[in-house]
Amino acid sequence: MEVLRSAQKVAEQAEVFLVSSRAVPIQFEANELKQVQTKESSSTALRIFREGRIGFATASGGGGLEALVDMAVETSQFGSPANFQFPSSQDYSEVCIVDPEVEEIAMERMVEIGKELIARIRGHTPDILCDVQVTKGTSSTFLINSQGGEGRYDRSFFGLSLEGILVRDTDMLFVGDSASSCRFSDNIDDLADRVMWQLEMAKKKAAVSTKLLPIIFTPYGVASALLSPLVLAFNGKAVLEGASPLKDKLGEQVFDKKLSLWDDATIAYGVGSHPFDDEGVHSQRLPLVTNGVVTNFLYDLQTAALAGTQSTGNGKRVGGGFPGPAISSLILSGGDVSFQAMVEDMKEGLIVEQVMGAEQGNLLGGDFGGNVLLGYKVENGEIVGRVKDTMIAGNVYQVLKELLGIGQEARWVGGILQTPPLYCSRVSVVTKGS
Amino acid sequence: MTALFAFIRVKGYNRGVRDLIADALKGHDADYIEIHFEESQATNIAYRGERLEEISRARNSGGNIRALVQGSWGFVSFNRLDGLRDKVALALEEARLAGRESLKLFPTEPVVDTVIPQLEQDATAIPLATKKELLDSYNNIMLSSPKIQSSRINYRDARRQSIFANSEGSYIEQAKTDLNLRLTAIAREDNEVQQAGLSLGSNGEFSAVEGLHEQAGEIARRAAALLSAPQVKGGEYTVILNPVLAGVFAHEAFGHLSESDFVYQNENLQQVMVLGKKFGGKHLNIIDDPTIPNLRGSYKYDDEGTPTRKTYLIREGILEGRLHSRETAAKMGEKATGNARAINYLFPPIVRMSNTFIEPDSASFEEMLGDIEEGVYVKDWYGGTTSLEMFTFSAGEAYMIRRGRLAELLRPVVLTGNVFTTLQNIDAIGNDLEMNQGGGCGKGGQSPLPVSNGSPHIRIRHCVVGGR
Repeated sequence: MEVLRSAQKVAEQAEVFLVSSRAVPIQFEANELKQVQTKESSSTALRIFREGRIGFATASGGGGLEALVDMAVETSQFGSPANFQFPSSQDYSEVCIVDPEVEEIAMERMVEIGKELIARIRGHTPDILCDVQVTKGTSSTFLINSQGGEGRYDRSFFGLSLEGILVRDTDMLFVGDSASSCRFSDNIDDLADRVMWQLEMAKKKAAVSTKLLPIIFTPYGVASALLSPLVLAFNGKAVLEGASPLKDKLGEQVFDKKLSLWDDATIAYGVGSHPFDDEGVHSQRLPLVTNGVVTNFLYDLQTAALAGTQSTGNGKRVGGGFPGPAISSLILSGGDVSFQAMVEDMKEGLIVEQVMGAEQGNLLGGDFGGNVLLGYKVENGEIVGRVKDTMIAGNVYQVLKELLGIGQEARWVGGILQTPPLYCSRVSVVTKGS
Repeated sequence: MTALFAFIRVKGYNRGVRDLIADALKGHDADYIEIHFEESQATNIAYRGERLEEISRARNSGGNIRALVQGSWGFVSFNRLDGLRDKVALALEEARLAGRESLKLFPTEPVVDTVIPQLEQDATAIPLATKKELLDSYNNIMLSSPKIQSSRINYRDARRQSIFANSEGSYIEQAKTDLNLRLTAIAREDNEVQQAGLSLGSNGEFSAVEGLHEQAGEIARRAAALLSAPQVKGGEYTVILNPVLAGVFAHEAFGHLSESDFVYQNENLQQVMVLGKKFGGKHLNIIDDPTIPNLRGSYKYDDEGTPTRKTYLIREGILEGRLHSRETAAKMGEKATGNARAINYLFPPIVRMSNTFIEPDSASFEEMLGDIEEGVYVKDWYGGTTSLEMFTFSAGEAYMIRRGRLAELLRPVVLTGNVFTTLQNIDAIGNDLEMNQGGGCGKGGQSPLPVSNGSPHIRIRHCVVGGR
């Protein structure tokens, strides 16, 4: 590879990371096919160690390749000390992330799938307006470094998402869900059923007053409200600098005994799966919480070296940028209580599906909260209707310390989190007019 | 690989590029076709605590084609310029998949123009060493403050040069620079973690990020003070928003509702947002204006080549206008406003805000405080988001108001409400307009788009404030 060769002339070590991708998103707006797109892109990232310091530059398109080495050299003057080695040659285990069928699907077939999904939802609620996206994609990733490390993999992607809006006067109801995988599927039933359930539950409105209430977070609700503060705390960088509330909790019981959480980049057809991470470190299944005990944090090469440990294979480049620790696919273990039994157990409480503004509070401290965009009131074991003008606020370390129950019905949300519903006690609920 | 981008110089018309585009656009059976080319470069610097975490440079080039056939769009984005005519053909094939009722875009005069920003001190031309030295000094101030455990600094400057051409004869070369800085101080005591921050930006003028030493110290002191600050008791309060947060409110709570792509195909929403409807008191004026010089949301032509103009969204409490692309304007029988924007060549333009603000009225801050028995003064922001009807935004700094005076510092608070009732509940608007240039706007996967927003102090009755 030319870039690597010219980088090696000026640097002690060098690494080139190349991704090229092609995606075809098909968008329906307000129930109608609006736009079909074909997006091709490729980017090259160069990381070098020069005079003991890290330099980094990226280029995409035709313009930047020849400038790549110069830009990396320029930044290396100010870069942080190079404290690790690029991984040398190794055998990566195969991970199933290509479905050859994805490439074959015609745009016409994708249009059909979108139409079917919209027709199904409108069969339930005729005046709903649906935005649907059907996306297929393929990508190739190639990594090579001066220490002999080299790897390459292809990946496919297929995703289906729906957002529905129902407006009555100034009252707006938002419903929706999504499904994604490396594998093609034309099964719209699960997604349609979930959305129709939301519409059914939200038919009536219910009143709630300001107080502490138990809350069931659906899988969608877990992703929307609880995921961000948790992920942040397991990031090796936050641990290293002492900003994570979990920094000195390794081996300690922090969460409910029923709760286990792991990151897994080896799941077949998972959209977060790959044989090696964006730094050439092999993928693994990494337990983060085992029966409530904190067991591991997420590390990339540089952070691991600073912390005196090994990379966990979680070095990721968001948008082709500088690598940092990030999750692959998070899995929260399923429990033994059915969703129905949780609801029946509640005298008064909420079911939360989606929280708006959940990422605005003191995430690092574990706070979550925001406006309940989609949630339902439970009274005496029955869902009585949708709540509005309602905010929830809490802290994941308090809420997940003792759970009332973990659901049996685990499922994937957004392709990166598999979780059951979580039944939490005493979360602050604030509402207007009380 | 075609080395065409080496020719893009925003200094005049480039014969080679114009010919290539003219050739690619010729003789297709489409209602409308447009082509974007773009070349950009960016510098990122990020600190985490005392460690310089990232210093990187990026170059990016590419383009896209958008074609309209029978009311439906095809879109192709690419890094390589070879086979441009084939790419146009693919966009047409995509567009033909739908076939809706035919659509005439809002007519705009073809424009041939070149727009180059005039900067006194272009951030993208400042040496890396100077940038790093400046950020080091802010970081040292924050980190040497009592109880400060860590810090975050995110600096980014970028320059984007683009060519826009369409099948109606427009050909526009534009260059735009952008600068963004966020400083965050993180305080810790026992198991308690609190943070305070500052977010600002400019149209690429480097002076915007200079001389912030005092503010850096102030952020650190506030983060430490939050450790022992109480949490607000959740409930309904009279709140006063400072100009930064009121600007976020104007953007999040009302601005997004004014983006016509949410409205133009939704008849129910059109009835909610019918022009002439009363949304607030006579003192309430909300404006979007990309023509104000030198703000982050300023530009001369949008990404459909439409010249920009000032749009009154609300004038004297009455809904007067909304933001449009050529498509939404045509569909709704209104005028294009020049608000179709794309974050880069990977995306088609969608309706976005530019510089959005509440016009000043006459109240002083003291007058607003005057008759509040118990309320909350909220400042600055962590962020804000909206689902059209409902909004949520969070304040980075908050104080209780008791008997007309500012009282104790509070932990960060989250405000939420229904846009329509909240606009009606604004009962005082200050005389001290300030524009906030921090952050950026996200919509439809396109984030962060450079925008600015602003307001004077405003007072809202019966606002829900979240806490524990």
